[in-house]
Amino acid sequence: MQDLKAQLTQFVVDNFLFGKANGFKSSDSFLDSGIIDSTGMVELIFHLENAYAIEIKDAELIPENLDSVDRLAEFVRRKQAVVLAEDPTHAG
Amino acid sequence: MSTADGRYWITFNGEIFNYIELRRELLAKGHKFETLSDTEVLLHLYEEEGPACVNRLNGEWAFGIWDSAERKLFLSRDRFGIRPLVYTRTATAFLFASEVKALFTSPEVPRRIDFAALDQIFTFWFPLAPHTFFEGVFELPPGHSLIFQHGKIHITRYWEMSYAPDAPGSRSEQDYAEELWSTLVNAVKLRLRSDVPVAGYLSGGLDSSVTAAIAKRLTGRRLRTFSVTFDDEEYDERAYQQQVVGHLNVEHQEVRCSYADIGRAFPEVTWHTEKPVLRTAPAPLLLLSGLVREAGFKVVVTGEGADEILGGYDLFKETKIRAFWAAAPESRLRPLLLRRLYPYLANIQNQPEAYLRAFFRVNPGDLDSPFFSHLPRFELTSKLKTFLSGEARAAADGASALTELQKTLPKRFMEWDRFLQAQYLETIYLMPGYILSSQGDRMAMAHSVEARLPFLDPQVAEFASKIPPALKMKVLNEKYLLKKAAGDHIPACVRQRHKQPYRAPEGKSFLSEPLDYVDELLSPERLAKDGVFDPASVSMLVKKFRDGRAIGVKDNMALTGIVSTQLVVEQFVRSFHPGFTEEPHAGPEGAAHAVRR
Repeated sequence: MQDLKAQLTQFVVDNFLFGKANGFKSSDSFLDSGIIDSTGMVELIFHLENAYAIEIKDAELIPENLDSVDRLAEFVRRKQAVVLAEDPTHAG
Repeated sequence: MSTADGRYWITFNGEIFNYIELRRELLAKGHKFETLSDTEVLLHLYEEEGPACVNRLNGEWAFGIWDSAERKLFLSRDRFGIRPLVYTRTATAFLFASEVKALFTSPEVPRRIDFAALDQIFTFWFPLAPHTFFEGVFELPPGHSLIFQHGKIHITRYWEMSYAPDAPGSRSEQDYAEELWSTLVNAVKLRLRSDVPVAGYLSGGLDSSVTAAIAKRLTGRRLRTFSVTFDDEEYDERAYQQQVVGHLNVEHQEVRCSYADIGRAFPEVTWHTEKPVLRTAPAPLLLLSGLVREAGFKVVVTGEGADEILGGYDLFKETKIRAFWAAAPESRLRPLLLRRLYPYLANIQNQPEAYLRAFFRVNPGDLDSPFFSHLPRFELTSKLKTFLSGEARAAADGASALTELQKTLPKRFMEWDRFLQAQYLETIYLMPGYILSSQGDRMAMAHSVEARLPFLDPQVAEFASKIPPALKMKVLNEKYLLKKAAGDHIPACVRQRHKQPYRAPEGKSFLSEPLDYVDELLSPERLAKDGVFDPASVSMLVKKFRDGRAIGVKDNMALTGIVSTQLVVEQFVRSFHPGFTEEPHAGPEGAAHAVRR
């Protein structure tokens, strides 16, 4: 989980903050901080689906799942657990 | 040119369309003319009426008149800033010209970046007049005149856009539509006065279809029209252009743009804009004016200005929807209208509900801001400052772009409704500062083509200022009255289509094929040397593009802004060569004019 959080933090810092972390925390809300712009969420979902081999449904596109690195990590972990339960041969 | 007695001398860039009527008046008052030109009319009108003469002009101009008896220089620029006029002072002289590059031919003029102006560009998209991108070089704002005498500069505003809409329902829609059409016909008629044939631009949208339809009707012959098409279907409007071509029966030519064409043309674009731009959209227009010139034309009528004057932009819709939502912030229903915005931007359409709401949300206090309409855009653009180097940020430190802008608003601004406030901000700031100066005159004049803009005729603008906002945009139907006025003069599909603002491909234009200048100007060594941007951040952005992950509006705006800033720094600050080396014909439009102290 720590690794996952670190990876996701790195992704956000590289892609949305362009290396300028400036005290960014894993609990910071993307919505409140304006880190992610009008199209950024599409970019983030694209990344999650590709990097973690998960499929995100429209109904899951809610701030409870996606609005901070902490929530993202929890969401990805849950999704991966489902993938593994459905297909134990999946490498993840 | 001078008056016969040698007292008044003029240098003039532009056109005065009502010169025939003015000449007739002046002849009746005893003035003698040696030519049939509008330049001589302007000179005599100044002799007759002095600085107030500019109120009589219908045209697009930047001119200077030297009164040798009083040793007084008078400069003036048209109401909407169609033609550029820049000036500077040195230890020994006051210099003015149409382009900054003409001023820089003087070794006395230092070539330095104005970092406060850069901060403004990365907030509003343009430097706030009178600032230019260069420290110590100023532009005369649109609608202003300047007098230089006894070593002192005195600037006055001779014209101001104001709105006094008629009470809703005081006239019928049909009545407004008919008057709008007849006013537009007159504006086009004046702009067809020319000693050379006049052609038209056709974008496939409403505005240029209207100007071309009127021009075709007035000329009564086969009109020549020109347009841009794109390899990338997301931007291409060829299908609509062909509908208009068939409907109007015009002879049409197009220039087709690939990503590479745009990337290759870009250095010439910044040579003419003389400032960073955040969109690549000027590049195809540069190629278009090249096609017009090759086809043997020097004058085109275009539809620029209609969105500002008659309420066409999505931003106006956005303002209405945000205000409607803010009136009942808890409503689940009201923000659903946000989906009606930007139908042509797939990434916005695919955005999850909560994030769409977050981006367009109205914060407490926003409703009272004079910039309510533009806050989301200004906030988004300001994020590009992430890429600035520490030194560049420090150099702009203390400057607050929004405070500066607020100081220049007219007293009546807060009395207008939000729609009119948004219209004012677009018409008075964004149009001259960005649209006209990067996509209008400068791209056309790069190939010595003169663009004439009927929608910015003073009578059209004055009439539009009286139209109730609810008729300009009826609920969320943009340019409603113009569509009604145009009726069957243009194809129904153009009248009924979703507005698609003119845009061009961005990131892909710079990175789809190797371009030496991009590699050179974005290299970490070069970025570090120039000192404007943070090399590490720019490298991350470039990597994001190269990996195919950069899909957002902000990333594209950032890349275009960085490439264009680096180009302007290279072309004007680091190594300035008067005359663009790759395009020998495209040198300074005219020499700088100087008044020595």
